[in-house]
Amino acid sequence: MTVTEAPRIVTSRLSHPDSHTLARYLDTGGYRGLRKALSMHPEAVGAEVEALSLLGRGGAGFPAGRKWAMLRRGPVPYLVVNGDESEPATFKDRLLIEGDPHQIIEGIVICAYAIQAARAFLYVRGEFALGLERVTQALNEAYEHGAVGADIFGSGFSLDIVVHPGAGAYICGEETALLESLEGKRGFPRIKPPYFPAAIGLYGEPTVVNNVETLSNLPWVMVNGAAAFTALGAGRSTGTRLFALSGHVNNPGVYEVEMVKTTFRDLVFDPVLGGGVPGGRQVKAIIPGGVSAPWFGPDQLELPLDQDEVGAQGSMLGSGSVVVMDETTCVVRAAWRITRFFRRESCGQCTPCREGSGWLENILRRIEDGAGRRSDLELLMDVCDNLAPEVSWPPQQTTICVLGPSIPSSIASGIRMFRDEFLVHVKDGRCPHG
Amino acid sequence: MTAPHLSEDTRARARQLVALYPHPRSALLPICHLAQEQDGWLRPEAIVEIAELVGVTPAEVMGTASFYDMLHTEPLGRYLITVCTNIACLLQGAYELLEHAQEHLEVRAGSTTADGLFTLEEAECLADCGRAPVCQVNHRFFGDLTDGRFDELVADLRAGRLDDTVPPHGTLVRIRRQGGLGADEGTIVAERRAMADAMAQRAAAASGGPSGQGTGGGGS
Ligand SMILES: Cc1cc2nc3c(=O)[nH]c(=O)nc-3n(C[C@H](O)[C@H](O)[C@H](O)COP(=O)(O)O)c2cc1C
Ligand code: SF4
Ligand code: FES
Repeated sequence: MTVTEAPRIVTSRLSHPDSHTLARYLDTGGYRGLRKALSMHPEAVGAEVEALSLLGRGGAGFPAGRKWAMLRRGPVPYLVVNGDESEPATFKDRLLIEGDPHQIIEGIVICAYAIQAARAFLYVRGEFALGLERVTQALNEAYEHGAVGADIFGSGFSLDIVVHPGAGAYICGEETALLESLEGKRGFPRIKPPYFPAAIGLYGEPTVVNNVETLSNLPWVMVNGAAAFTALGAGRSTGTRLFALSGHVNNPGVYEVEMVKTTFRDLVFDPVLGGGVPGGRQVKAIIPGGVSAPWFGPDQLELPLDQDEVGAQGSMLGSGSVVVMDETTCVVRAAWRITRFFRRESCGQCTPCREGSGWLENILRRIEDGAGRRSDLELLMDVCDNLAPEVSWPPQQTTICVLGPSIPSSIASGIRMFRDEFLVHVKDGRCPHG
Repeated sequence: MTAPHLSEDTRARARQLVALYPHPRSALLPICHLAQEQDGWLRPEAIVEIAELVGVTPAEVMGTASFYDMLHTEPLGRYLITVCTNIACLLQGAYELLEHAQEHLEVRAGSTTADGLFTLEEAECLADCGRAPVCQVNHRFFGDLTDGRFDELVADLRAGRLDDTVPPHGTLVRIRRQGGLGADEGTIVAERRAMADAMAQRAAAASGGPSGQGTGGGGS
């Protein structure tokens, strides 16, 4: 099957119980990519990554090489690595943090060398106690091994890495909120422009922010070359990518698959991947890229895992998580729970987001509780329109960050795809699914 | 003068954290975690001392800490049980599980048992959705839960059978950082600037052709 032939770029070690140790890492080719990178000119490493079309794996999908190039000529930058993974149903970065921390560290040093960073910070979601212990242990080993610290592998290049624990706030995954949090403040997203921390980042200095999975690709790329990476996938979506599969599926889990050559159907139904829906039930809808993404129906399962194609079809691959909802799912309840999440996690800076999320949750709650009113669907769409004008996709930004304008996704999808079900809830005061 | 509230060990570790960052305030959240490790929660005395350590006012520490779910300015149980009810867990019966947990522990979500052992909370996605429904106990994962397994978990915790894997609330990272450059930021920045200048000069010298952007060897 095409879905299983692609090499494992970032998950090759995860099946070993000691995949997080330096011994296993070195046994399986670890730190060879870094040695190679250090033998090259930093700009050549940057150029190599620019040739990849390595789209950021954190959610926004911006090419890593282009991001780095923004500051190649500027003053001395910082590197900040985003391991805050909190988008509901996304659990791939945690796997890498717990399972292959040396791969992340190697990726960090390669990136830091290319951009000549003064220091690197790895921000790990606070709830990942095991992950924090594993990266701390790995970092100690890496210092000891000479892969981090002064004069790395005798190259003359030096780098300190600081592991920084978060403290429980979804919004800190948004890169400018993450920088505020790293500065010891509340996680309030910063007003844009500037659009990229490359201009004004940590402590006001130029900063590259990259996701944990994005950087985990680099050791393999340095060893195997850009061409081997771009031979996988197609168009701008090259390489492999991790997809976290959950919900109504026989084998939930994280799968590394080749981009574009794999479809949502493969992911959900292939026996070595999701293995289908329990009880042979029908797929009702899928959430293709984290709960900020508009939903897809069963007829869109044939779509390839291609960032641009999925974008053209009105949703996004986002954070690489796919939730399957089968025919027994109450879509009002699903939309309510997702909306409740946003209400709780809105940082409160912008009125449409802070107030709108509360309104939307209250209305969905009353529909779910059987107290819905005939006008409620119109009211929901009206509030959504205030958050994201025309409820279009990608949404127009009315707020400081895109959390607010992402809130309508699930509600608008639910009403568009299952209007009758919403109406039955309102009319009968209960769910047709019991 | 009264003795400080934070222990000498906690203070020493806090000072090491401050030294890791270019700006002391960056150590605020990590030090809050250390204070919780000592006390289980953020006591007002600790907040005052954290403020001194990072050079801000106690109100700023409080204002920052209150933004974050993991930092508790009120006491809580020895074990914080957080049950995820977000979408993937919801689809696998998380609300039914939460209901059961409330009955079994005889507390409402958001409160602590009378014996001070357990605080139960409803959580947002904990990033372990492949094993839904999921909970964490003091941020250690327990997945594929059923009512029965939840009860077993509680019994194991009560009996101390999980003491190795689940430390008391507040202890996040049991491994201490070793190693570090020790070089100050100024030195590193000066070195990097010199390197960047050299790179720019080399690029300028080579600007006749594309070779200044050489792609290096890739496919070895
Ligand atoms: C509300 C919100 C939450 C986000 N959460 C995360 C996250 O948990 N992890 C992550 O890597 N990126 C997250 N992002 C995306 C980051 O802002 C940023 O684009 C990313 O870390 C850049 O790295 P990449 O280019 O390697 O993907 C989030 C964005 C928004 C708007
Ligand atoms: S959109 Fe919401 S989360 Fe983002 S800055 Fe505004 S209030 Fe905060
Ligand atoms: S939805 Fe429960 S752990 Fe992700």
